[in-house]
Amino acid sequence: MSERSQTQEDYYQGVPMVRYDLLKEISIVTVVMLVLATVLALAFSSPDVPSVTIKAWAQADPVDFVTTATNELSDQSPSALYGAPYNSGSASVQSMGPVSPQGFAGVGVPVDPANDFVLTPLTLASSGSPDLAAALKTYNSASDAQRSQWLDAYTKALAKAEVRQGRVAVAAGAYGPIPTMMSSLLGVARTGGLDGLLATSGHFYQTDFSRPLLFMSDGTYLAGLGKAQHLAGNQWGVMNETGLYPGQTWLWLFTMWYQVPPVSTAPNADLVVMAIMVLLTTLLILVPFIPGVRSIPRLVPIHRLIWRRYYAVPAPPRPVVPVNLAPDPT
Amino acid sequence: MTTPASPGPGDTVTSAPTEPTPVRRETGGWTGAAAGWLERRLPIGKLLPTRQPYYIGSWVYVFGVVTIAALIWVVLSGVILTFSGPQWWHVSSVGRFINSLHFWSVQLFFIFMVLHLWGQFFMASWRDGRARTWMVGGLIFAVSILTAFTGYLSQQNFDSQWIAISAKDAFNSTGIGSFFNPLNFGQMYGLHVMLAPLAVIALVVVHLVMVRIKGVVKPIGRPGESR
Repeated sequence: MSERSQTQEDYYQGVPMVRYDLLKEISIVTVVMLVLATVLALAFSSPDVPSVTIKAWAQADPVDFVTTATNELSDQSPSALYGAPYNSGSASVQSMGPVSPQGFAGVGVPVDPANDFVLTPLTLASSGSPDLAAALKTYNSASDAQRSQWLDAYTKALAKAEVRQGRVAVAAGAYGPIPTMMSSLLGVARTGGLDGLLATSGHFYQTDFSRPLLFMSDGTYLAGLGKAQHLAGNQWGVMNETGLYPGQTWLWLFTMWYQVPPVSTAPNADLVVMAIMVLLTTLLILVPFIPGVRSIPRLVPIHRLIWRRYYAVPAPPRPVVPVNLAPDPT
Repeated sequence: MTTPASPGPGDTVTSAPTEPTPVRRETGGWTGAAAGWLERRLPIGKLLPTRQPYYIGSWVYVFGVVTIAALIWVVLSGVILTFSGPQWWHVSSVGRFINSLHFWSVQLFFIFMVLHLWGQFFMASWRDGRARTWMVGGLIFAVSILTAFTGYLSQQNFDSQWIAISAKDAFNSTGIGSFFNPLNFGQMYGLHVMLAPLAVIALVVVHLVMVRIKGVVKPIGRPGESR
């Protein structure tokens, strides 16, 4: 009978057995783990840096906020150019050769930054504000060429913008209704109104924060906070967390590929890393069937430490099969 | 429907000494087949063994049990956090402590799971018909990573925001961004408190049953031995 199909009784035949109390072991270990986790929890607590709001961003860095919003309106922000699953852009769509699962999957979380992040919130905020309503009317009735002209000029002017009494001031120029619109959006954001307006989806309850997170990620303010907390991509990003806490250390292999050339500089780094990790995870699961890898434990004598009691006893001599040398009576 | 008349006053009730009625097991049908299978494959002596081979006297054998113990506290602290809602621990000192317990239990869970994994690798524990046990263990590791990831996204703090923004590109690049959207708190929270832990627990139960059915593997053979 092969060892594969043996019962436990057959498998352990001849092996000395010792007393073993499984439930006692589990109970003791469970209590020990509770004590250990409690001591760690009391001594080190857990990380909880408060979430960043659009309100905080608009108050702390109004120029970055207005620059980001202007980029959204001119469809030049990372989110506007992203592509699937948010929109029809292509800047962040990755592929391996001719294969692009991202492009194939298409748009599943539709996001229209100009409308979702700027125009719709401004339209909602224009009630009771004749200046803003007039600015929006001017903007909406202008040609695409005219809008581009205003936005290009305003974007260039923002490079030398200053903050005066909480407002973003730029040099005089032909910006059309853009300064009024941006000033209003900044005002709404500074009161916290934009946090709610971006999260709303026409329902009372809301749990999807795709829009506000994408909007904030288009600016430089959030990225600066992440970098200060050693969380940037080239700082082993995702596996770290705020403070000196261990973070998701189990993601070290995933994060490592982002630090290693040529993956670190590849335009399709995310897809390459995901492919590598799916492959490695599959290989880990299939270790028992991979020649060479499955033989490593025999070659590395760690098992001799683990089973040192077993190896302390020399192997029993092999049974000698008597050989009948007498002539066959038949 | 009639019921047997109960004996009246003065009636003499006699009963012959009876043998205990033998329990007859019906082996037919799905239930009978399942009962028979369980009885053959996993009798109580295997599920809760009182004797084990003498060579299990090593700390490496404890790592698996320690991992399960940590998982128990991960689940229990997680249940308390779930009952109180995702914002509770940000505003309550008790909540912060429970969250810390959850956090450190998760860290311990992963530390000992990795030690268990390496220990089993160097013992080549997939030998003698135990490959499927190893495979389920590998799957538990992968699903646990996904479960912890959704947990980090459910914290509702700066870490959640940052991890969501950073990780979205990886999922989007594979084409699953529409179905697994790290920016969607509701989706991540639902996965974290229900489906993902259910998957981990179910796989751990399967893994344990497989270990108990087969028993621990014998040591790698000495030079000259066949194992």
